[in-house]
Amino acid sequence: MLESPNYLFEALPQQTIFCSYLYSAEYPDLRKHNNCMASHLTPAIYSKLCDKATPNGYMLDQAIQTGVDNPGHPFIKTVGMVAGDEESYEVFADLLDPVIKERHNGYDPTTMKHPTDLDSSKIQSGHFDERYVLSSRVRTGRSIRGLSLPPACTRAERREVERVVVDALAGLKGDLSGRYYSLTQMTEKEQQQLIDDHFLFDKPVSPLLTCAGMARDWPDARGIWHNNEKTFLIWINEEDHTRVISMERGGNMRRVFERFCRGLKEVERLIQERGWEFMWNERLGYILTCPSNLGTGLRAGVHVKLPLLSKDARFSKILDNLRLQKRGTGGVDTAAVGGVFDISNLDRLGHSEVQLVQTVIDGVNYLIECEKRLERGQDIKVPPPLKQFK
Amino acid sequence: MPFGNTHNNFKLNYKVEEEYPDLSKHNNHMAKVLTKDIYAKLRDKQTPSGFTVDDVIQTGVDNPGHPFIMTVGCVAGDEESYEVFKDLLDPIISDRHGGYKATDKHKTDLNFENLKGGDDLDPNYVLSSRVRTGRSIKGFTLPPHNSRGERRAIERLSVEALTSLDGEFKGKYYPLKSMTDAEQEQLINDHFLFDKPVSPLLTCAGMARDWPDARGIWHNDNKTFLVWVNEEDHLRVISMQKGGNMREVFRRFCVGLQKIEEIFKKHNHGFMWNEHLGYILTCPSNLGTGLRGGVHVKLPKLSTHPKFDEILNRLRLQKRGTGGVDTASVGGVFDISNADRLGSSEVAQVQLVVDGVKLMVEMEKKLEKGEAIDSMIPAQK
Repeated sequence: MLESPNYLFEALPQQTIFCSYLYSAEYPDLRKHNNCMASHLTPAIYSKLCDKATPNGYMLDQAIQTGVDNPGHPFIKTVGMVAGDEESYEVFADLLDPVIKERHNGYDPTTMKHPTDLDSSKIQSGHFDERYVLSSRVRTGRSIRGLSLPPACTRAERREVERVVVDALAGLKGDLSGRYYSLTQMTEKEQQQLIDDHFLFDKPVSPLLTCAGMARDWPDARGIWHNNEKTFLIWINEEDHTRVISMERGGNMRRVFERFCRGLKEVERLIQERGWEFMWNERLGYILTCPSNLGTGLRAGVHVKLPLLSKDARFSKILDNLRLQKRGTGGVDTAAVGGVFDISNLDRLGHSEVQLVQTVIDGVNYLIECEKRLERGQDIKVPPPLKQFK
Repeated sequence: MPFGNTHNNFKLNYKVEEEYPDLSKHNNHMAKVLTKDIYAKLRDKQTPSGFTVDDVIQTGVDNPGHPFIMTVGCVAGDEESYEVFKDLLDPIISDRHGGYKATDKHKTDLNFENLKGGDDLDPNYVLSSRVRTGRSIKGFTLPPHNSRGERRAIERLSVEALTSLDGEFKGKYYPLKSMTDAEQEQLINDHFLFDKPVSPLLTCAGMARDWPDARGIWHNDNKTFLVWVNEEDHLRVISMQKGGNMREVFRRFCVGLQKIEEIFKKHNHGFMWNEHLGYILTCPSNLGTGLRGGVHVKLPKLSTHPKFDEILNRLRLQKRGTGGVDTASVGGVFDISNADRLGSSEVAQVQLVVDGVKLMVEMEKKLEKGEAIDSMIPAQK
C-alpha cells in the first residue's frame, strides 16, 4: 500500500495534476509514528477524504501535516492533526471523530452531547491553603465564527480577528478594563514589562505548531490584552484566535473562576453586539484549532508545593484517579522546580467548565491533605478513580 | 494535493491592503520588489498546480532578513511560477543576478574540454575541490509544493537513473528513512549526509514536509560523485575530491550530469531548462547554472590583507567558512567559489574559480615571503 508499482511514472501524462496519482502513492508513511492521527488514518479513510475540501479550501493533507512531520514520542501521544476552520470537524469527521474519541477518553462525538456551564456560583469551596498553593489560573480558548483558524487563515482574516476582539475588549469595564499591546507595535519598555509579568508569548518554536502553519506572517496581527489589575489576560492569534486567562497569586481559585466566567460572558456579549459569535456546537462544545482543546478548552490549575507527595511512588496513580495532570512550572513539557508542580485537569470535553473546575478544587485539596499527612508521618490513600464515559 | 495554507478561497473577499504583508521591517529581495500594485496584480493568479503568490513569498514574509545579508525571500513552487509571477520574480532575479534583464539569454556549456587548465592548483594550499549544481525534473512540482506522491515518483525515477550508471559512476542509493546505523555513521564520516533542514528560510517554504519520506543520498563507489534527492531541490549533484585538480572534478561533473540527463529524457522527464533562465531550481538565486564551484584553500595571510574582499569581488568570487554557507573559516582555510550563477556558462564560472584561486595562491606565497601583492591585484572581471 505504501509503494506504488514502478509503471506509475511511465503512465503519467506530462502535465502532472494531483488527482491522477493513486491515493496509495500519496498515503503518508506512518510506520514510525505514535500520535492519534497515525493511529486512525487508515488508507481507506485517507482515500475517502483526500480530495475533500472545506469552504475555504482546506484539505486533509494540510490537517494532518503536523502529525506526519512529527512522529511523536513513545511516552507522549500527541494528537497529530489540526483543524483549519470550523467545517474541518465536519468534512474530516471520519478521521477526527475517532481521534477525538481516543484523545478524550471515550467521548463519542457521534452520539454524545457536550455540556457548557459557566455559572461560577455553583462552585463549592475553592479557596486553597496558601501555604501550599502559590497561584491559581484558568485558561481557555475561543474562536470567532466565520473566520479561518490559525493553520489556514489569511493575513486579512487574522487581522480581522484582531480587530473584532480588540474592539470588543475596549468595551470591558470596572475590574476588567485594560489595554491592548500589539506585538508589531509594542515599545521595548512595554515588552520588558510583559516579560516580567510573564504575560508575553513568543513566536512558536515547537514543530507541532510550526508544521501546522500557525506561525506564518509572525508577528502580524498578534498581541496581548490585559486588564489593569493584571488578573485577566487575552492572547490574540497565537495557537487559537484567542486564549483567555484568569489568574492571580494565592489560592483563591473560586475568585479566579468567577472572573473567568464573567469576563468570558462579557466578551461574548460585546462581540455579539457587533454581529459576531464564538464557534460552538452541542456535539463538540467550543471549537478550537487542536482537537485536544475541544469542549471547554479549559485548563484550570495551580502551582502547588508537594515536595513529599511528589516523591511518593503513588503520586502518579493518585493524580490519574483524580483526573489531574502534572506539569513543571514552565507549563507543558517543562520540569518541576523545588517540589512545586503545575497541577490541572486532564479532561476538556464531555464535562462542563463548572465540573472540571470542581474536579480540580476537590483534587488539589486532596493532594494538600496527602502532603500534610506525609509531613506528620501518616500514611496516605490512593483515592478511587473518578467515573469516566462508558 | 496542493500544499500550503495560502490557497484560502476567502482571500479575494478582502481588499489588497488587507492582505498585503507588512514588510516594513524586512530586508530581502522580495520585500524590496513587492509593491502593493504588484501584489494586487498577482494575488488572484495561480500556476496550473495551484501555487499562489502568497506561497511564493511566505518564506520572505516569515524571515525578515539580516541587515548585512540580503536573502532572496521567495521560492518557486513549479516551473510555471517563473512565468505566472514574472512581474515579481523578474525584478528579483535582476537584483540578485547583477542586472540580468527579462530579455537576456543564458548560455549553458557543460563541455568540460572548454575549460583551460585547472589541473594544477597547488595541493599544499588547495585542500579540496568541488562542483555542485541542482536539477529539477520536468513534470513535477518543486519541493515547496510537491506532494508525497510526486516526491516518491521523483525518488523512483532518480534511483532508476542513478543505479543504471556504471564505470566510475557505479554506486549505491541510501534512502534516509531506511538506512542502517552503520550506513548513517559512514555517510556522516564522509561528510555526505544531509540533515532535515532547520533553517527557517527552508522550513517556512514547506520544503521539509513529510521528512524523511523519499529523501536519500546516492554516491559512487569512489566517493567522488554524489547526488542528494529531494532536499532543497529535486536533485543536487556534487562532484568532489581532495586536492586541487578542479579540471578532473569538473570533467566528472559534466560527464555524470549528461549521463543522468539522458536517462531522465528517455522517460519523458528531462530537466527543467529554458533559454532565458537556464536550469530552473527552487530558489531564484540558483537559476542559470545552479553551479557553485569551489575549493577549500589555505589563505591565512591573504585573508587578513585589507584588500582581500576587494580582490574576491574583482575576481567574481565569494568566500565562506569551511562548513558552507553562513559558517566561519577555521585556521585560515576558506571555501572560495564563484559568485555568479545566471548569465554566464558553467565553463566560464569554473574558469573564474580556477584562474582566481591560482592567482590568490600566488599572492599567498608572495605574502609568505614578505613581498607586496599590489601589482598583482586584478582588474574587475
